[in-house]
Amino acid sequence: MLPKWFDKWNADNPTNIYGPAILIGAIGAAVFVVALLVTWGQPFATTSLQTGPRGTGMSVPEFKSDLAAGDPTAAGYLARSGITEADTAAVSEAALANVPPALEGISPEAYAEMIVAMRSWTGIPDLMEDPENYQTQVAYRMVAMVQSLNDEWGGHTNVSGEAGVNCYTCHRGQAVPNNIWFRIAPVNENTAGWASVQNRVTPQSQYTSLPSDALESYLLDTQSIKVHDLDSRVDTQPGDPTWQNAERTFSLMNYFANSLGVNCVFCHNTRAFYDPAQVTPQWSTASLGIIMVQDLNTLHLVPLAEEGILPENRLGPVYADAPKAACATCHKGYQKPLGGMDMVSDWPELALVEPDFTAATN
Amino acid sequence: MPEYQNIFTQVQVQGTPEWGMDNENNMMAERAGNPGFSTLIGWIGNAQLGPIYLGWAGVVSLATGLIWFNIVGFNMLSQVGYSIPEFIRQLFWLALEPPSPEYGLRMPPLSDGGWFIIASFFLLVSVSAWWLRTYLLAEQHKMGKHVAWAFASAIWLFLVLGLFRPILMGSWSEAVPYGIFPHLDWTAAFSIRYGNLYYNPFHALSIVFLYGSVLLFAMHGATILAVTRFGGDRELEQIVDRGTASERAALFWRWTMGFNATMEGIHRWAWWFAVLTPITGGIGILLTGTVVDNWFLWAVEHNFAPDYTLPYGYEAYLPGGN
Repeated sequence: MLPKWFDKWNADNPTNIYGPAILIGAIGAAVFVVALLVTWGQPFATTSLQTGPRGTGMSVPEFKSDLAAGDPTAAGYLARSGITEADTAAVSEAALANVPPALEGISPEAYAEMIVAMRSWTGIPDLMEDPENYQTQVAYRMVAMVQSLNDEWGGHTNVSGEAGVNCYTCHRGQAVPNNIWFRIAPVNENTAGWASVQNRVTPQSQYTSLPSDALESYLLDTQSIKVHDLDSRVDTQPGDPTWQNAERTFSLMNYFANSLGVNCVFCHNTRAFYDPAQVTPQWSTASLGIIMVQDLNTLHLVPLAEEGILPENRLGPVYADAPKAACATCHKGYQKPLGGMDMVSDWPELALVEPDFTAATN
Repeated sequence: MPEYQNIFTQVQVQGTPEWGMDNENNMMAERAGNPGFSTLIGWIGNAQLGPIYLGWAGVVSLATGLIWFNIVGFNMLSQVGYSIPEFIRQLFWLALEPPSPEYGLRMPPLSDGGWFIIASFFLLVSVSAWWLRTYLLAEQHKMGKHVAWAFASAIWLFLVLGLFRPILMGSWSEAVPYGIFPHLDWTAAFSIRYGNLYYNPFHALSIVFLYGSVLLFAMHGATILAVTRFGGDRELEQIVDRGTASERAALFWRWTMGFNATMEGIHRWAWWFAVLTPITGGIGILLTGTVVDNWFLWAVEHNFAPDYTLPYGYEAYLPGGN
């Protein structure tokens, strides 16, 4: 097929072309890939949120694709405008007859809409039907909790524009919200004290070897998360924090970061974690969040077990304690739950601890 | 025998194993093991494996070290309820932790750090005996004690972490846990608790010597490998009967940076850099919590950490954040 002179020349001049070919091919391919990366940019584009002065390296990097996608559960939210008359007409008289104490005074039409929405948000089809049913009993308490979150904790829930919360912020269409937690410490057998509460792969320790009792210590027990002395020289007093306290706080901070999809410098200048002059505005929001979650757990969630409202299969595996909330229960890995969607303007019934229904009658 | 040998042109001779000479210390009698040859080992060092001289110090060290290792291991195993699969799965997470803070320097219960104290005692004996072995063996070889003193600098850091600082702080709970991830947790928590260890100047010095050691080792190793073709890897022969290898290596560095070490001096550079790494690090740890409680504030006081003078924080951001 090839001309004879070509075959003869090749036969007379035997040369190993594979070595150089592979070398040149490899170099050529590398140059090609580098050229692509330089001209088109790396395929997984990132953006970063600057959180501190230039030169401090304070930034939170995120994938643009993640930011564009947002929270996938936002699409499943049922707004008031999505409720039809057929929906409200389907609500039984029995359900309408038992208005939760926290919603006393609400109009029957508004309450019917509320029931339709709550059933969609929690995925419980017969919610509010039977006042003796435990899910309905819990819902009564939860309405009061949501009102408290919107009214008394607006400093956290409305910190960046009107957002507020309602059932869907935690539930996302599920009867039991994701990212609830239970007490599990001690986690090690045949140990006591400091040795017993850490060094195990648990969700409570964020799968690190840090203490697994951070959530219960700070978000239920209201222990101090502070670990520093504000004197440069030693002025240690009895009860001052030890490195063990620092580990427990570090565990909590890991939980914070994972719950919000952020890093340390979202709130802190890491050269001086504690310094109030070097923290970001989000630090105050998060600090308020700690007190808010303590309030949620002690006033609203723990009583669900103590008063025997929840059945056994809803209680914790070790202590049969109530399921508790923390950052991830609402935030689900995002800085703002549901992208900062307004969850409360639609539902004035859920906005005030003592709602004034004379104005909000739809 | 070829004149020029390196890893690429190696000739491995295997015959009757070399037992070494006897001397007045009767070391020959205690040289144990059945020496043999390994071609593979010969690629990374001398092809002959054994004999070994343990001596009484070596035996004590191995025995106590094994006790420490077993106490740590069985505590970990007990923590997972003697489940082997869990032990393997959580191995990097598990640890033998120091006592809870409330016990101070008293002996705590076995389940809350007692085993840690016992294990630490055996580890102390083990490390001390091994150090003694390096000293005695050097003496018996009529060598300088450079290896022993270099090892002692590492033991200084080890003692600061587990003995001196806990005693000064008045609590065994200050010691470092025995565990893969948990000892790293200690390191991170220790730095955060004392206001950021990066502002501890002795920590900085230790890093200088650590990175300096790496740099020196790379320079020295590269230089010697580069002149093995002239016999430069036989460093001692070069010292007593200098060939062109040393000359070339020396001239390379003199013409590169104006200064060159000597065949002997480069090893003093390396020894001091390596030894000063744990010495300075140990000083830094010893001062932390005993003298200085917040290294960042200490650094600001000493004009070592800058303070921002311009407005910082709220003003710099759009309202509403994010």
